[in-house]
Amino acid sequence: MSNKSDQPSVERRQFIGGTLAAAGALTLAPGVILHAAGSADKTTSGASGEHRWGMLIDANKCADGCSACVDACNSEHGLTDLGRPETDAVWIRPVKLKDKQTGHVDRLVMMCQHCEHPPCVDVCPTNASFKRIDGVVLVDRHRCIGCRYCMMACPYKARSFVHEALSEQSVAAPRGKGCVEGCTLCVHRIDAGEMQTACQEACTREGHNAIVFGDMKDPDSEISRILKSHNSVQIRADLELNTGVRYLNL
Amino acid sequence: MRSSLISNRLLMILLAVLSFAAMQAFAESRYVTENSQAASMESCVAPTDLMRRNHMDFLQHGRDDTVRDGVRGLKYSLAECIDCHASRDAKGQAVSVTAEGEFCQACHGYVAVSPACFQCHRTTPDESGSGKSLGYRLDGHSRALDMQQPAGR
Ligand code: SF4
Ligand code: SF4
Repeated sequence: MSNKSDQPSVERRQFIGGTLAAAGALTLAPGVILHAAGSADKTTSGASGEHRWGMLIDANKCADGCSACVDACNSEHGLTDLGRPETDAVWIRPVKLKDKQTGHVDRLVMMCQHCEHPPCVDVCPTNASFKRIDGVVLVDRHRCIGCRYCMMACPYKARSFVHEALSEQSVAAPRGKGCVEGCTLCVHRIDAGEMQTACQEACTREGHNAIVFGDMKDPDSEISRILKSHNSVQIRADLELNTGVRYLNL
Repeated sequence: MRSSLISNRLLMILLAVLSFAAMQAFAESRYVTENSQAASMESCVAPTDLMRRNHMDFLQHGRDDTVRDGVRGLKYSLAECIDCHASRDAKGQAVSVTAEGEFCQACHGYVAVSPACFQCHRTTPDESGSGKSLGYRLDGHSRALDMQQPAGR
């Protein structure tokens, strides 16, 4: 941590302040080492490569007309509906697929697939798009210049650009005009040790149970067990991105 | 000649006394807004001088740890700055820290900087509860009280 070098050091200022204060009949205690006693114990160790967070969506269970997951995502991350669907941010959206031959309709929800080999990261000129060591693909808004290359590179149309100035954002998801954003897999919950995304929570609450979130590297997790015993698919598996979001009954 | 020497000396003494008073006032001033949590506390999470000078470096260092590596609950947190320094109006409503005369704006305005923090970060405490699971407010602000007092205060 460097002090601003063109200014006298804080220690010196403290000394002056302290000396003056001492003249005002207060005791000067030079060389007191300051430390916040409780600062270390709340600091978490951060993301770990021992996990890969992923999601499994059952197209059979995703109910027509339901928007519980979308609403939950919007409120969790403070995504406000400005009534402008062309430009409003969308992190998760329902999609209908119709087989023209048979007329069969599949419904599923689409969001950032948290690719192992994410094209958005490949193209980002500023390293703002990045993949965390635990597989979560994020935008670092401190670096994003809003060029939107990642939006063009993403095969899943998973990202949104924030077009308008915002205020009163959620403390869980700071976001603002001029940056690109997308599903974070509720990374603030993961970091707090809460093993449930907002969308999964809402889907389960509605009784649909179409979304399972979990650790794909843990063989005993629910998601791993289902992936092992059922035939799941990756959307656009031909791109070999090894997505973290998988689908059942598609 | 002699009289002008005396007046010079007097002037020097006067200056010394004045600057002494000014610096003492500076050394003892608190720079918090009324009706904020910070106003009721002994000091910030680090000595005031250190925070005043280096808070931007502390925050900038921590942001990469948090965003890119998922390290939470760091000692320096912008969300906590805002929770603690936002003042409350007569109705108990939180006032934005970037409103005229409020904690962040007053100083940033004085030194003529416009940091981009608040394009993305909210400027009032988040009372919707959506940040609950962030973990950083699990035990309130007791941490800030744990520290030793800065020298000479
Ligand atoms: S789905 Fe799109 S935004 Fe998400 S990691 Fe893959 S390429 Fe990037
Ligand atoms: S919009 Fe931002 S995140 Fe996307 S490619 Fe450009 S700089 Fe990277």
